[in-house]
Amino acid sequence: MRFLNIRTGVSIKSGLKTIAKSLASSRLTFSIVILLIVLVQNIITTPTFFKVSITNGLLSGYIPNILDEASELVIVTLGMTLVIAATGGVDISVGAIMAISASFCGLMLNGSEYRTDVFHNPYILALLIGLLGGALCGVFNGFLVSYLKMQPMIATLILFTAGRSIAKQITHGQTIYIMNPVYKYLGVQIPGVPIRTTIIVSTVIIVIMVLVTKLTSLGLYVQSVGINGSPSRLVGLNSRMIKLMAFVICGILSGIAGLVGSSSIGSVNSGELGLSIEMDAILAVALGGNMLGGGKFSIAGSVIGAYTIQAITTTLYAMSVRADQLNVFTAFIIIVIIVASSDVFKDKVQKLTRKVFSKNVSVGG
Amino acid sequence: MKKFLVVFFVVALTISLCACTPQTSGSGPSTAPEGTQNNSLIRVGFAQCKADESDWRKANTKSVQDALSRENGFDLILADSNNDAAKQVSDVQGFIDQEVDYIIIAAVNEDGWDTVLGNAQKAGIPVILMDRTINASEDLYTCWLGGGFYDEGVKATDWMAKRFANGKQANIVHLQGQLGASAQVGRTQALEDAIGANSNWKLLAQQTGEWSTDTAKEIMASWIQQYGAEINCVYAENDNMADGAIQALEEAGMTAGGDEGVAIISFDANRAYLQMTLEGKINCNVECNPLLGPGVAAIIKKIESGGQPNKKESVEETAFYYDTITQEIIDARPY
Repeated sequence: MRFLNIRTGVSIKSGLKTIAKSLASSRLTFSIVILLIVLVQNIITTPTFFKVSITNGLLSGYIPNILDEASELVIVTLGMTLVIAATGGVDISVGAIMAISASFCGLMLNGSEYRTDVFHNPYILALLIGLLGGALCGVFNGFLVSYLKMQPMIATLILFTAGRSIAKQITHGQTIYIMNPVYKYLGVQIPGVPIRTTIIVSTVIIVIMVLVTKLTSLGLYVQSVGINGSPSRLVGLNSRMIKLMAFVICGILSGIAGLVGSSSIGSVNSGELGLSIEMDAILAVALGGNMLGGGKFSIAGSVIGAYTIQAITTTLYAMSVRADQLNVFTAFIIIVIIVASSDVFKDKVQKLTRKVFSKNVSVGG
Repeated sequence: MKKFLVVFFVVALTISLCACTPQTSGSGPSTAPEGTQNNSLIRVGFAQCKADESDWRKANTKSVQDALSRENGFDLILADSNNDAAKQVSDVQGFIDQEVDYIIIAAVNEDGWDTVLGNAQKAGIPVILMDRTINASEDLYTCWLGGGFYDEGVKATDWMAKRFANGKQANIVHLQGQLGASAQVGRTQALEDAIGANSNWKLLAQQTGEWSTDTAKEIMASWIQQYGAEINCVYAENDNMADGAIQALEEAGMTAGGDEGVAIISFDANRAYLQMTLEGKINCNVECNPLLGPGVAAIIKKIESGGQPNKKESVEETAFYYDTITQEIIDARPY
């Protein structure tokens, strides 16, 4: 975007100058640009990348694939955003909470059988129990952070370490296969609906989170507590309660992600579900231009960050990058993004832009 | 109220921490009954790559735990490295420092073992490699026990040769395990050798699914976009990945398995996937025997009584085919 402005700057100087300035200073613009660059370069490498068709009653193509595969990460990232904003720390137990939720749900549905197509309990009840499990984990984390004043990373390290073992105990140490086709409604498709349920669920949750943080005072409270807890308390905010709430919401969202993830593959494997997703979620929040130190946050930024991460993975698969080079490519792209989004780099670019502009102005004038 | 909550969470914390102890049962002094009795037990350190990675690994961990139980005269210390190669090396060094009697290793990675195994040798601790092989001098370990991964791959490619006989074109997509694991190396080598030998076999794409259902499904969905109906054979290096591939195919309205559908090759032959073989969704499922515990126990007993095990001890392995497997065969299997 900025480079574009350099070239066209001569003719429409002053108007573009202000737009360029506000665009360059907005962190959100930067995230969108990155996502667009990742997507658009596919026109060259994979011409069919933007083709969307209906196959077997489902919207299919690379773009629907990205939206589908990113859904778990998007949902977790929303919770992570709130935790980071409210506490200035991260919740590294989100992956483990996903496993715990899904294990509760799997246990309710399958009983003691490891592979069956009979539901032992109503489907909705099992989902709710799963979410309750996620919420309880969130309460546990939130209590440690807000009432016992533990560092978020240390507090959530407990469930990060023990969570998968707990999940394993719930499922009696085995992978549970839920063969009833109804179980796949949440993670694949509700019959007759051409859009994958994961896409619908993640979109609905994004909308809810945006509405809640924009229309209620929760967003403002979270920001003020994250920026500085003590003055917030002096003006009457219960900063403990707000931190606790951030963790509970994060727990519930991780629970939803766990249910979606296990539903999309029709099984619960406590060792695999949501493995290392905490790192991707933190990265997504950072790519979205959010401060990892807490305070001001942007839901939209985090969501774009999450889709960017998935877009990178899908792009590399589409380009048939060799397996042993996959991580190198991902790392390279991430490094470029992180460096380009650093304040020092931005300052340099801004100065350069200004220089080019002023030179052009003097030449043109 | 606040105090009550504190107590509640401390209790909850304790319970949650206790939940991880079954993996390391027998390690702490609290679980050791009496010092005198403890001395008569053979102390074995077991460095597992990732105890709950897949159904196969779970069965494998349990087999070792059952065979090297206290009742059988062993004190087993299990260290789960969670697929972290560096942690595994330090786990093994920890065993050496604890002066265990034997060390069992299911290696995360083939490389990087020279120093720590040298230390074990200096300390006089026999090292038994289990199922996965490593790149190190044979002098550094006592013996290796497991299935032959290359041989397993050959069993699979033999079946493929029948399916794609008479010059019938095979368009293969290949889901690899975690790169560097010996199971991946052996099974990949077997496929690549077979592709080199059969001019009608074409490798469309190859990617690592890291043994995971979810990742494999994602990659398969991408390949379906890329190649569509061209794909007529999936070579998945474990059951979980075959599962992911089958789900992606079915969601795209393609048929997996059977006589006419996309041929599905899988490895490990866990019960849930033998069931899928019986249902016809997996065409050929090559067994990789995870029940190595008794074998390890036998090797240790042999060394204890002054014997010398072979450098390579292998276990029997077979393959299951969709058109010949029966429910009785599945029911008769212990895992």
